[in-house]
Amino acid sequence: MENMIGLNEFCSSHEIEISFVRTLEDQGLVEIIIVDQALCITEDELPRLEKLVRLHHDLNINPEGMGAVEHLLERIEEMQQEITLLRNQLSFYSEENG
Amino acid sequence: MEFIDYYKVLGVDKNASQDEIKKAYRKLARKHHPDINPNDKNAQKKFQEINEANEVLSDPEKRKKYDQYGKDWKHAEQFERSRQSQEQGFRGQGFQGDFGDTDFSDFFNFMFGGSHETHSKRRQAKFRGEDYHAELQLNLSDVFKTHQQVLTVNKKNIRITIPAGVENGQQIKIKGYGGPGINGGPNGDLYITFSIINNTKFRRDANDLHTSVDIDVYKAVLGGEIIVDTFDGKVKLNVKAGTQNGSKIKLTGKGFPVYRKEGEFGDLIITFNILIPTNLTDKQKELFDQLSKLSS
Repeated sequence: MENMIGLNEFCSSHEIEISFVRTLEDQGLVEIIIVDQALCITEDELPRLEKLVRLHHDLNINPEGMGAVEHLLERIEEMQQEITLLRNQLSFYSEENG
Repeated sequence: MEFIDYYKVLGVDKNASQDEIKKAYRKLARKHHPDINPNDKNAQKKFQEINEANEVLSDPEKRKKYDQYGKDWKHAEQFERSRQSQEQGFRGQGFQGDFGDTDFSDFFNFMFGGSHETHSKRRQAKFRGEDYHAELQLNLSDVFKTHQQVLTVNKKNIRITIPAGVENGQQIKIKGYGGPGINGGPNGDLYITFSIINNTKFRRDANDLHTSVDIDVYKAVLGGEIIVDTFDGKVKLNVKAGTQNGSKIKLTGKGFPVYRKEGEFGDLIITFNILIPTNLTDKQKELFDQLSKLSS
């Protein structure tokens, strides 16, 4: 079983309201799991949730905006992978013609 | 330790209002935030700078002290006291967490050491350690087979398995090998980016390998057997009669291993380079001449 982190503990540690995380859940940005009647997140979800909290606090981005940011960051990552692939191909053709 | 012009960092006038400072900070933070610019060390550094500038200029008390003593900080008695309190154990705790060493500058700590916990209190509690990023340089011949390697990251030895067929620039995540978690939380992750140097005569295009093979004109015209090098040994090959210069043949399954698909390989594409003889003997010239006449 994956390691679980209590939402209460997370929220008190980050000084945020549980309602904020529930809003993120409504937006499909985080998955909350109920374990023994306690709200939890998985350890794998932690980096993402912490990132969303930072975006909210540091940049004043609302949950809707965070969804857009997440989507764009995923697109950037995909494009970076494509750039790497294209760079490797370019290097292949440069070697061929060099 | 150098004086830092916090107004310049945020791009605001010395008489800027709190609203203007907040606006400038938000604008720059959006641009340079480490979460918006993953793996960008420059953005991380810039964000630390603007975070620090905001920490000072958005706090009227700190701003007043900075305005009053900023440029003369080396001689101000107040700064000496500040330094003493810093020596007693205070330390700046700016934006921290997943972005590496994010303490404030020495200048900041010298001026405000131990007196700026209000803005950053929220940041002191974190579960997860920071992620580490490392680059591992390998030869192409090293990644033909899955192998294990021991890396030393932050004085810790880590044995990792490098799967055959990894690409240049590819990144893998090793869970839990980043910075230590805080307050009993999980460790961060270690991200390794592979930089693969081609130390072979083969050129790699994803899973396929390319190479060129020289054959003499007689074999090209008449056909015959040749021995060619593949990545993992030599193979015997039949050259068809009438093979043209620059023509290619494909050796299926003799290319590079497919990443994480054991037993699957790309192809080896061989380009024939036909060598035209030079320095012919009189006899050879005579025979070529006869051939030429027969052909015309």
